[in-house]
Amino acid sequence: MKGHDIVEKNLGLMTVLIIIAISFGGLTQIVPQFFLKETTTPVEGLKPLPALVLEGRDIYIREGCHVCHTQMVRPLRAEVERYGHYSVAGEHVYEHPFLWGSKRTGPDLARVGGRYSDDWHKVHLFNPRIVVPESNMPAFPWLYDNVLDGKHTAAKMRALRRVGVPYTDEDIAGAAEAVKGISEMDALVAYLQQLGTLLKEKR
Amino acid sequence: MGTFWNVWIIGLTLTNLVLVLWVLLANRKVAVSDQDEEENKTTGHVYDGIEEYDNPLPRWWFIMFIGTFIYAGAYLLVYPGLGSWPGLFGWTSVKELRGHQQQADARYADTFGTYANTPIEELARNPEAMKMGLRLFANNCAVCHGADGGGNYGFPNLTDHDWLYGGTPEKIKETITLGRKGAMPAWGTLMGEAGVVNVSEYVLQISGQEHDAAKAEVGAKLYAQNCVACHGADGKGNQLLGAPNLTDDIWLYGGEPQDIRTSVRFGRNGEMPAQQELLKPDRIHLLAAYVYSLSLEQD
Repeated sequence: MKGHDIVEKNLGLMTVLIIIAISFGGLTQIVPQFFLKETTTPVEGLKPLPALVLEGRDIYIREGCHVCHTQMVRPLRAEVERYGHYSVAGEHVYEHPFLWGSKRTGPDLARVGGRYSDDWHKVHLFNPRIVVPESNMPAFPWLYDNVLDGKHTAAKMRALRRVGVPYTDEDIAGAAEAVKGISEMDALVAYLQQLGTLLKEKR
Repeated sequence: MGTFWNVWIIGLTLTNLVLVLWVLLANRKVAVSDQDEEENKTTGHVYDGIEEYDNPLPRWWFIMFIGTFIYAGAYLLVYPGLGSWPGLFGWTSVKELRGHQQQADARYADTFGTYANTPIEELARNPEAMKMGLRLFANNCAVCHGADGGGNYGFPNLTDHDWLYGGTPEKIKETITLGRKGAMPAWGTLMGEAGVVNVSEYVLQISGQEHDAAKAEVGAKLYAQNCVACHGADGKGNQLLGAPNLTDDIWLYGGEPQDIRTSVRFGRNGEMPAQQELLKPDRIHLLAAYVYSLSLEQD
């Protein structure tokens, strides 16, 4: 019997060998990044997201914003010219999960913070066509009506703390109070307005 | 990168290459004489009398595989792939980016660079410069002010001659650079609902619209007490504070009675985001010239 006959006729052995064969890429390219100083050190000024911003981030996820918007400026001139400083790993160390996205139907949002006024974001989210007539982004009018109750905010922060986000006990204790009664619109805008504001590069 | 991860990456990469090479070579049938033996001619599988030839890999395939190994070896030598090995020429994506940016800066030196030293009044009459200005405006300003600069509800029209903060080249540049924050306080609780209605009637009166004269008269007193500081005794506004002229027919938040009442009741806090951290000074200069040119076109 030849070598590959043995492999082909023993499913268990073949499964193990396939797993070994396909794990090389991940082991060399992904695993070291969990431990390297270059990728795990937060950029200067990075803080865990405050309660309201954290809730805004969850609304961003719930509404699927990351499906059409990336949060990853690549180190290419065209992108830096349009969006600002390229994204670095240290900006995302407290993100679980990260929202880099993989497809741009709309523009990248990694550096959208501070580019537009709060009012603009609210109008734009209520109905994008009001300010950008040719936009094909969906409208999110219900964000005005939905109000946060803060029931799960503290639990979310505790979960994040367990995976390494340095929330303090005070952060967690005050979480529900900090978001209670605030509209989802305000939470989402608060999240958008802080995106990517730590690194600057003039366009 | 520490020694451990360095060894880990280099070790795994090379092991991977060696193993793939081994799979290729170990399964290779070369000797033609092998073919003569009956058992080597087919794989030995028989199904319904159908057998399968066990031919060697076509030669050009084999050469292509070897070619990929040579490519991989050369790639790992030239580019940073093996742990902390920086590659023969020290290539990094950031260095490449900076190189491209320097090239671009050199290329744009005689446009952006020259324009940056040209006074705004002159630049606004240069059609070539204004073509570039239009594109900058479309990329950075149009989402709020509209592609034609015509503005929108809550976002000022830049093509009329009405300026909240002043329409001189210097003021326009200042507005773009530092941004503006409108701050009209909410008067609802201070004036009460009746007060809001009365003072709105007075605003309707000074802007020459239909109004209730009796209410406007009461409103005039409220106006004198609360509104003159910013909007002026004559209601013509104050560009130092960004307080709009209330006597003309230009309304950022609507000029209907209910719009004016809403503005008085809840206040208005329009915001123009500062661009100084976002845009290079020569871009801001050109943008200021473009915005200035928008109002020139109407002359």
